[in-house]
Amino acid sequence: MKLHEYQAKDVFADAGIPVPDSALATTVEEAVEAAGSIGYPVAVKAQVQVGGRGKAGGIELADDEDELREAADAILGMDLKGYRVDRVLIEEAVDFVNELYVGVTMDRGEGRPVAMASTRGGVNIEEVAAEDPDAIAREHVDPAFGMHPYQARKAVYDAGVPRDVARDVSSVLATLYDLWAEKDGADAEINPLMITGDGEVVAADAVFNVDDDALFRHPDLAEMEEEAAEDDLEAKANEYGFDYVRLEGNVGIIGNGAGLVMTTLDLVDHYGGAPANFLDIGGGAKAERVTNALDMVFSDPNVDAVVFNIFGGITRGDEVAEGINAALEAFDEIPKPVVVRLAGTNAAEGMEILNTDLVTVESTLEDAVKRAVSYAEEVDA
Amino acid sequence: MSVLVDDDTRVVVQGITGGEGKFHTRQMVEYGTNVVAGTSPGKGGQEMDGIPVYDTVEGAVEAEDADASVVFVPPAFAADALFEALDTSLDLVVAITEGIPAQDMSRVKRAEEETDTYLVGPNCPGVITPGESKLGILPGNIFSDGNVGLISRSGTLTYQVVDNLTERGLGQSTAIGIGGDPIIGTDFVDALSLFDEDPDTDAIVMCGEIGGEDEEEAAAFIDEHVSTPVVGFIAGRTAPPGKRMGHAGAIVSGSGTGTAQSKIDALSAAGVPVGDTPEEVADAVADLL
Repeated sequence: MKLHEYQAKDVFADAGIPVPDSALATTVEEAVEAAGSIGYPVAVKAQVQVGGRGKAGGIELADDEDELREAADAILGMDLKGYRVDRVLIEEAVDFVNELYVGVTMDRGEGRPVAMASTRGGVNIEEVAAEDPDAIAREHVDPAFGMHPYQARKAVYDAGVPRDVARDVSSVLATLYDLWAEKDGADAEINPLMITGDGEVVAADAVFNVDDDALFRHPDLAEMEEEAAEDDLEAKANEYGFDYVRLEGNVGIIGNGAGLVMTTLDLVDHYGGAPANFLDIGGGAKAERVTNALDMVFSDPNVDAVVFNIFGGITRGDEVAEGINAALEAFDEIPKPVVVRLAGTNAAEGMEILNTDLVTVESTLEDAVKRAVSYAEEVDA
Repeated sequence: MSVLVDDDTRVVVQGITGGEGKFHTRQMVEYGTNVVAGTSPGKGGQEMDGIPVYDTVEGAVEAEDADASVVFVPPAFAADALFEALDTSLDLVVAITEGIPAQDMSRVKRAEEETDTYLVGPNCPGVITPGESKLGILPGNIFSDGNVGLISRSGTLTYQVVDNLTERGLGQSTAIGIGGDPIIGTDFVDALSLFDEDPDTDAIVMCGEIGGEDEEEAAAFIDEHVSTPVVGFIAGRTAPPGKRMGHAGAIVSGSGTGTAQSKIDALSAAGVPVGDTPEEVADAVADLL
């Protein structure tokens, strides 16, 4: 789960990390009021969870009320990389002399947390990491002990942070690590961490992503979870409890188990089709989940044909077949052709139960995918 | 012969009285697994289908001489169960649980490094030696006894590939589901060396997927150290960057690491044939044997 910048800044500020003075606004008038109390110049920042907001026109500076009205009016309601902007952060413009980077994440290869610091802040840090990995100082942390204060200092000195602010920067990094550990962070980043002319350290941006698997023990963070700002279909999938990712193609895919669903997508591509989605209905697929999954895929206007691929371990083929029949019998006319392939536990029983007036049955994964791809081509033609 | 589990493996089921634990214990016993005990704190002294239940893993090991455990404990308590298993010096711990917080697993991994225990998982279907024993939730009936070792990050994909192998008459020595999380115990490299040392494994299939760099590390290891022929499969060629494809570990990062192509390239460079479809994987294994 990703927090918005304004939410992450609240969390950081509570922990004692300095952040600029700011207020949230959902209308131009609210923005004017906020800027009035903060004092010009201010930055107007779109609150959407995509990278590269600045380049995409989601961040503007305003020196006075006229400029602010113009900026707020342009940004509120704009479409930023597919996300509608419904709120902006009005923030004190920080007069900086230097932009740094600090971050904490889990290094999955090492199985350990890593704290990072760099003097190359204010730009895309992943690009820096790719082009010049030595520009980012890294300290791996033993999770049994947590980060020792010397490790934060070491990362900051290794990164070449100016000596006059090194102490304050390492204190920010140490605090960031503690927050990350306490709140089950996935990634915590400040980019840029600004150094002002007076030598003050200020977190001008804030990223805090929480490990979804740990949300159960952080009810305060779970409450911040977005009320469906994303794609409608993805919101629907959330409601149904499916793992779902929408793609650009026209072959809808339903299956059980992440690896097998991914493989089904790959095979659709391999046989000349284009997958419309990833949809994992999980183990023990009962009739209701089958109905919901078909509903999801049918409601995607891009989908022209559907492949339903279940390999039963715990999931029983006969139950799935009954679910498919029941779901499809509810339609006067089947909205899009459905190809079903069942394997594993009770697959033979399932294949017998399936109503072949409603679905096409194939016995191998390859044949099922080929059939769905050809159906989608026919509809498309 | 086989790796990790066989007829003699004496299993304790952690979380034996929960819904999942109970159901899969019955399935394991039916398959022939030697389940000697279960644990469930507070229920020590009871029985589940005649299997004695203990409060602690240590109690189960002392009384029943168990040497392996299977963990069905829910995610919030799973790390604790894994620490308990690791502290009891079992040979093998198989963690089925899905959804354990990453920071918990980081600490568990740290503890595992200090032991000689093989931790398999979490978020995995388990380990099976066909005809002898299974620890986990794999459907026993699709496996057949043979000389192909299988390593996979994904459950149902394992079943699909096994189905293709079995259909072609290619049985399995042991299949290891290593799990779909970012932080796991036994990884490809560990499993490859186990199979490479097993005289009855004549070919190895490794099924990887997008995310992380374990497959690339495995490719380098195969190139240097593995003499048994290996066939690969990589899921997620069509996955877009930045989207988690079901498994917590299956994500191509924004900077483009962890892609299927980089894994396929690394394996190919190490001389490992990579199938485009599960069927092609079975074909490639048949060609090698």
